Amino acid sequence: MGRERLLNAGVILLLLMVPLWAWSADEPFLITLATKVAILALAGVGLNIALGIGGLVSLGHAAFFGIGGYAMGILAAHAQNYEPLMQWPMLVEGTNQMPLIWLVATASSALAALVIGALSLRTSGVYFIMITLAFGQMLYYFAISWSAYGGEDGLSIWVRNEFPGLNTLVPLQFFLICYVILCLALWFSARLAHAPFGLALAAARQCEARVETVGITPYKLRLTAFVISGAITGLAGALFADLNRFVSPTMLSWHTSGEIMIFVIIGGVGRLFGPVIGAALFILLEHFLGGISDYWQIYLGGLLLMIVLYARGGIIGAISGREVAHD
Amino acid sequence: MSLILILEQILNGLQFGVMLFLMAAGLTLVFGVMGLINLAHGALYMVGAFAAAIVAAWTGSFVLALAASLVAAAAAGALVELLVIRKLYDRDHLDQVLATFALILVFSEGTRWIFGSFPLFLDVPSYLSGPVTLPGGIQYPLYRLTIIAIGLVVATGLFWLIARTRIGIQIRAGESDREMIAALGVDISVLYTLVFALGAALAGLAGALVGAIQSVQVGMGEPVLILAFVVIVIGGIGSIKGAMVGALLVGLTDTLGGVFLPRLFGLFMEPASATSVGASLASMLIYILMAVILLVRPSGLYGGQS
Repeated sequence: MGRERLLNAGVILLLLMVPLWAWSADEPFLITLATKVAILALAGVGLNIALGIGGLVSLGHAAFFGIGGYAMGILAAHAQNYEPLMQWPMLVEGTNQMPLIWLVATASSALAALVIGALSLRTSGVYFIMITLAFGQMLYYFAISWSAYGGEDGLSIWVRNEFPGLNTLVPLQFFLICYVILCLALWFSARLAHAPFGLALAAARQCEARVETVGITPYKLRLTAFVISGAITGLAGALFADLNRFVSPTMLSWHTSGEIMIFVIIGGVGRLFGPVIGAALFILLEHFLGGISDYWQIYLGGLLLMIVLYARGGIIGAISGREVAHD
Repeated sequence: MSLILILEQILNGLQFGVMLFLMAAGLTLVFGVMGLINLAHGALYMVGAFAAAIVAAWTGSFVLALAASLVAAAAAGALVELLVIRKLYDRDHLDQVLATFALILVFSEGTRWIFGSFPLFLDVPSYLSGPVTLPGGIQYPLYRLTIIAIGLVVATGLFWLIARTRIGIQIRAGESDREMIAALGVDISVLYTLVFALGAALAGLAGALVGAIQSVQVGMGEPVLILAFVVIVIGGIGSIKGAMVGALLVGLTDTLGGVFLPRLFGLFMEPASATSVGASLASMLIYILMAVILLVRPSGLYGGQS
């Protein structure tokens, strides 16, 4: 346990130090890379609540990531064109204020998670995997055919949204926003895992019958976890869209779901910092393997196969040495 | 909107459904017999299409191309089973999802590496192109009719294989109790490789047949894969009959929805917005169908236990 804590502290410090160093060395690209890591890690932290604690293998988390992204895109596009979002029954304007966008992104992805979760959690096991996958695709095809917001081509905004008191166009300042949100989410996730709710959720994963005997309904627990999980991933989606100043149906595709799942699993399922390490490794691989070969995903695939077949428990598992330790 | 158009669209839906069945049969067989969820099934569909396109370009023979798609996909399937899949049978679904997702990356990028990003072309042979006149005066492309026929023949063969032959009995027995069938002297690992190769061959055939209508390109298997998942979830995982019913249901819903929903909305909306609303709704229709079926029957139409 001690070793894992040390590793966690090292990772989160490193994620802060690298951009700070890059800032002093005037390497803005490195800061952007670190920002990407922080945002994707946040998406993974969201998924990890459902997957790691609850044992819910959702292959449709791109839906929430994309909804967050589109919440940002739609609000910002309306603010940019001075077109109200709707005029009836009340006037709603677009906005380019990040806190408001985050609120909308979180709320709308939580709502989507509530609907999708309520339907999907009626099933379990492989049915659950496939249904979440299908719901993700439903939204993907919807976004493709939704021509009002760019359809297949996606939606660009010219200027990054604003955060009161900061200049988000400065890479380091935007990184710090994402970093702080990631830290808050990690703290929240750790609290959740130790709270009675998290313990009951983990118990429902391990032995459903016993949890029911004690008088707790696993369905409600899982649905709550799924909604929280979707909301956090949706927030990450809004930040990701802001990082790129662009949102497209790709954010909703099942490849994205697979990638978010990869972050969690490379790092270690159910480990608090699994998604952070996984996302960092993924981005580094993408960057360096991408520099070596255009076909870097072959190596990624091979590496992933090796991890699944031979290094169970992910990187944290390999380093801290215990097969399953939830936290 | 004429009766002929409706009949034509029903035939289109049937053709799409038959294709989906070829995909879904392999998925559901592999899941039913081995409890394995295989995301890389779409990659085998792609392998079949590429093999067919290459052999057709070399030899000019469509029949040889179809044979090549079967052989190549079955070989790729057997190889993948021997090297990777067999280590995953005892793992949980999460590991299976991840490993087969990794296989997709390897297959897609590998194919892109060898053949580049540009699509290949596989032409409909001259003796199968052009329309035929069906009873009632409907003009319908001969090639699509051939696909329906091939699909139905293969489906019948599959039902016969599973229900009537020795290997079918072993497959079904392996589905219910793998220790028992192993104890009876059946080499279970050979059986598993065979089932996997069979499912792969069906997917490869589907890829080749569709490849002649659409283009043959990297990533072509993935949209179909997702639809095949919808099919087997609707039909009930592990049930061949469910896969057949589900495939036809999805094929017809998708095709008819795409054609008629925009017209339906056109009855009470302006044309431009009716087209876009109708098209968005049509693209979601099968997922809505799936959600409704699962609300009523959580393990699908013909699924036993989930």
